[in-house]
Amino acid sequence: MKNGPIGGKMELQEGVKALRIDMPATQMDTTTPEAAVERPQPIFDIENVNFYYGDKQALKSINVEIAEKKATAFIGPSGCGKTTLLRCLNRMNDLILNTRVTGSIQLDGKNIYDPSTDIIQLRRRVGMIFQKWNPFPKSIYENVVYGLRIVGVNKRSTLDEVVEKSLRRAALWDEVKDNLHKSAAEMSGGQQQRLCIARALAVEPEVILMDEPCSALDPISTAKIEELIHELKDTFTIVIVTHNMQQAARVSDYTAFFYLGELIEFGETGKLFTAPEKRQTEDYITGRFG
Amino acid sequence: METNHEGTGYLRTQAQVQSLATNAAIQKVRERIIEFSMFLCALSSIAITLGIVGVLLVESWHFFENVSVIEFLTDTQWTVLFENPRYGIMPLVTGTVVTSTVALLVALPLGTVIAIYLSEYANNKVREILKPVLELLSAVPTVVFGFFALLFVTPLLQQVLPNLPGFNMLSAGIVIGIMIIPYVSSLSEDAMKAVPVHIREGSYAMGATRFQTAVRVLIPAAFSGIASAYVLGFSRAVGETMVVAIAAGQQPNLTLNPMEGAATITAYIVQVSLGDLPHGSIAYQSIFAAGLTLMCMTLLFNIGGYLLRKRFREIY
Amino acid sequence: MADVENIQNKVARNKRFDGIFAIIGLLATLVGMITLAALILDLATNGLSRLSPHFFTSFPSRFPAQAGILSAWVGTCFVMIVTALTAVPMGIAAGVYLEEYAPKNWLTALIEINIANLAGVPSIVYGLMALGLFVYQLKLGQSILSAGLTLALLILPIVIVATRESIRAVPSSMREAAYALGATKWQTTRDHVLPYSMGGILTGIIIALSRAIGETAPLITIGALTFIAFLPDSPFKAEFPFISFEWLWSPFTVLPIQMFNWVSRPQQEFHLNAAATGLVLMVMTLAMNGIAIYFRYRFRKRIKW
Repeated sequence: MKNGPIGGKMELQEGVKALRIDMPATQMDTTTPEAAVERPQPIFDIENVNFYYGDKQALKSINVEIAEKKATAFIGPSGCGKTTLLRCLNRMNDLILNTRVTGSIQLDGKNIYDPSTDIIQLRRRVGMIFQKWNPFPKSIYENVVYGLRIVGVNKRSTLDEVVEKSLRRAALWDEVKDNLHKSAAEMSGGQQQRLCIARALAVEPEVILMDEPCSALDPISTAKIEELIHELKDTFTIVIVTHNMQQAARVSDYTAFFYLGELIEFGETGKLFTAPEKRQTEDYITGRFG
Repeated sequence: METNHEGTGYLRTQAQVQSLATNAAIQKVRERIIEFSMFLCALSSIAITLGIVGVLLVESWHFFENVSVIEFLTDTQWTVLFENPRYGIMPLVTGTVVTSTVALLVALPLGTVIAIYLSEYANNKVREILKPVLELLSAVPTVVFGFFALLFVTPLLQQVLPNLPGFNMLSAGIVIGIMIIPYVSSLSEDAMKAVPVHIREGSYAMGATRFQTAVRVLIPAAFSGIASAYVLGFSRAVGETMVVAIAAGQQPNLTLNPMEGAATITAYIVQVSLGDLPHGSIAYQSIFAAGLTLMCMTLLFNIGGYLLRKRFREIY
Repeated sequence: MADVENIQNKVARNKRFDGIFAIIGLLATLVGMITLAALILDLATNGLSRLSPHFFTSFPSRFPAQAGILSAWVGTCFVMIVTALTAVPMGIAAGVYLEEYAPKNWLTALIEINIANLAGVPSIVYGLMALGLFVYQLKLGQSILSAGLTLALLILPIVIVATRESIRAVPSSMREAAYALGATKWQTTRDHVLPYSMGGILTGIIIALSRAIGETAPLITIGALTFIAFLPDSPFKAEFPFISFEWLWSPFTVLPIQMFNWVSRPQQEFHLNAAATGLVLMVMTLAMNGIAIYFRYRFRKRIKW
């Protein structure tokens, strides 16, 4: 849905409501301003984070909390740092040479950038889905169980159980249950992405990071994955980076808007999209730039 | 980091969680050991270089305890195995230089022409056939090339040059040249391929022919890579052993005439090794001195090539 | 007006020369092909007469018609076993380390410079090093073990470079997927990077081994014999422990040295033997390289990233 200039705040509100008519009731109700929502427990506490690629500063003094068992969206134009911040949460940026982080990112009260952090453990608690699906060139079964094999879980019965559970959770079980040993590369793009989700779920993380998971998918596959996110929210914390604002509005409970490495505004999704506090946020949402 | 993990799903019991933790610790130690072993394997390359340099220097040192460096460098006869041995390296050096020069006179022009042809003229089908053929040419054992030089090329040349002796540097040089054509051509072609497309397109867009583009634009741009190819060709030619040992004869001969037979540094080493070599004798040490000379020649040429490349490096 | 004509003439000349050069280029490449063909024909016409089962099962002898390559090809096999068992693990390990683990510091740079240098060292210099180091210093003697180690060091740079290039071709998305699941570096390398790059690595190994089979100079230097009328001890024994390592210490000869020996004799008939040996060597080399090239082709087409 192309985002054109909508105009005043009333129309914006109507427009956003129209997008979300079919959404389940877990979304915030925007029409009653005093809908009292208690602050959920933050699972990630990001304090004063600066990030540098060599000399270039990509994140400036980021302060934000990620709520537990909710979906948080990072939005903003290209190059604003949202993917960089996402990749900090499971320290995938460590794989890039010449990067530097200051500040702290606390997961359950412990700074993940502390030298004593076990990165392997961190990545098992915080899983990631990538923009371009990347299943291993193995069978569907082996893809899902890889996360278990590397910690020494090899018992056939346990693995079978986990495979079914994860594939069901990823809404893929019915489509592949008779073909578990076929190569993952033979599936469609949407199926491969859901396989990557199943693979991440098999490890039983607490947080799932998603880096533009639907940007390369057709609308039907995208809808399937968005539905998935709704179901997964009950059990897992989701952080999703997306270019697609309607998707953020559809799927997330909280939204953070980034621009040129700074966090411009953060709040409940409904409020951010209908009554943004900052001028820049409103300009981005109404399509004046980006 | 483990404190809040509920351990649902496949981790049923506290004991399982615990055993997973100890497994992880053992795993870490095992991976450190694996990484260290791989590091040692990589380090072996330095050890090999040190070994080569060490052995050559040590044994040459023993040699020069008995033979003066002046005599070594200036005497015009190399007769180590005779009753009254003479230790002048020059005959071997000229043998090496003459055969290598003949080889390079064959390989450099042909190799460069082939590189230009493959890079600018040949279509894909032709390339698919030619490149494997060239690769196969470079895979032929050198002793087979030696056989070819002695028993095919020399008789062939003798039809044209009736005074050509059975052992001569011309056949050996020509065959070595053909042998190293693939090295020169494939490295040069890679260098030319690596020139950015926009430079090549700029030339064609002005109406230049393929030949003009190749010679006036691509070769200067790829000069560094092509120079490396030439240096490698030289090293191969200088270090070649079997072709010269078989076809050029094993008589040290101080001459610049390729139509005579002569021994190269490498052929001498082979000749002596075939015989009885009491460990520690001067004859034994002499082959290391000869090897050291060979390495110095290659090193000088490599340095020369490096300086040349630095001077003419094109930045784009 | 005259200028335009001038220019048009020049352009026509350039185009003509361009066409001529195309022919020159083709002829130049034909030089290589014709040489290869002439070589094979020369070997075949001279050597086919000698090729027979008898040739493969006889020892060398003073009589050309009765001389065979038994000791030579057995020697080649034994030496190649040592070479392969040394160079392949070391080369792959070094390649993996340099691509996946090595930090960007002076030591890594030094290692890489060394490998590039070693690739250009004449093979006979390896022989000299092995003579001083393996044969005498380490007292390994003029044996199959020394020979195998020498050739292994000779082909090590080839294996390392092939390994590195194959690993570089593995897409980083594969590694990221593994890391994101909490895999360690070794697990990612062992389970994903290495299986992918195996095709390219194997190709490099085959090419390296075919190079080693044809090497003569370094083995002559360390003292391979040119006339052997016996075989090294068999590695398999009748009683416990069923495997013996005596053969490692045995004197030896190899196919290229046998060929060299025969071609150096003045008698014509021995040249026929040399040609036959050359044919055997050519078949082995061409077959191995052909397989490697085919492998590389299949490997490149099979993987769909």
